[in-house]
Amino acid sequence: MRELALHILDIAENSISAGADQILILVEESLEQDHLRIRIEDNGKGMEADTLARITDPFVTSRTTRKVGLGIPFFKAAAEACEGTFNIDSAPQQGTIVEAIFRHSHIDRMPLGDLTGTMMTLLIGSPEIHWIFDYRVDEQQFIFDDEPIKQTLMGIPLSEPAVMKFIRQELTAGIAQARQQITMQP
Amino acid sequence: MPNVKSLDDLKKIREEALKKQQLKETSGKTEVIVGMGTVGIAAGARETLKAILSLIENKNLTDIIIRQTGNIGLDSFEPIVQVVRPGEEKVTYGKVNPDMARRIIEEHVLKGEIVKEYQIEG
Repeated sequence: MRELALHILDIAENSISAGADQILILVEESLEQDHLRIRIEDNGKGMEADTLARITDPFVTSRTTRKVGLGIPFFKAAAEACEGTFNIDSAPQQGTIVEAIFRHSHIDRMPLGDLTGTMMTLLIGSPEIHWIFDYRVDEQQFIFDDEPIKQTLMGIPLSEPAVMKFIRQELTAGIAQARQQITMQP
Repeated sequence: MPNVKSLDDLKKIREEALKKQQLKETSGKTEVIVGMGTVGIAAGARETLKAILSLIENKNLTDIIIRQTGNIGLDSFEPIVQVVRPGEEKVTYGKVNPDMARRIIEEHVLKGEIVKEYQIEG
């Protein structure tokens, strides 16, 4: 995968498969500290310690019959190739937290890519889940919580064309605003 | 986070949508499913889904339910798109790029004509 946004999509799919009904996606770009943190936190069924150990190992994971978690070793490798770290925290009935930290300026760091496209896929494709997207660039912060939108819509589906347009514009504008700081740099 | 003004916009959208619903018969909805497992994503499933969402938005297509799902189990045919029209059997399409996805929506979802050349055994 060539974008971090695609890794985010893949990890979030694991959270959906784990039966989560609330998923938080945090993307934090700190130019001051030169790091990029990606964190996906769910309230799904979690994992036992042995599954947790197995899931980051590409050779073992590919041999299991379950296809969930296939992308985790790749995400881990991507972080570690950028002087970063990777961690999964999970326990049965406790949900799962996946966190990858990259050195922001590392030459091998993949671009973030199409965050709006990833969020649209998740929001529209899995509307029964409560999604929270938290994007930070240094002191700037954009939080997109789909709960107020769903409450306002009162049953009108998110796949209604005008609603989709609304969500896409909110995401695009919020991300661009948080990013102003980066684009203003020489 | 959407501010109060934008939520007001959303209320207007909701009212418009409700008016349209009242005019329409309850004809059932067509479901479009895109496989979004690791293999699917790596093969371009997000771009395929994006093409479908853009078409829905630009052509103002209502009564289509979009679903994403984990692995469908046909790795070598990813990205996979499945179409279920009300009262009809599920049709599975393989190696669906954005152009193919648009054609599937135009011909199968809207007109009920299965795009046989893209169809695989689901």
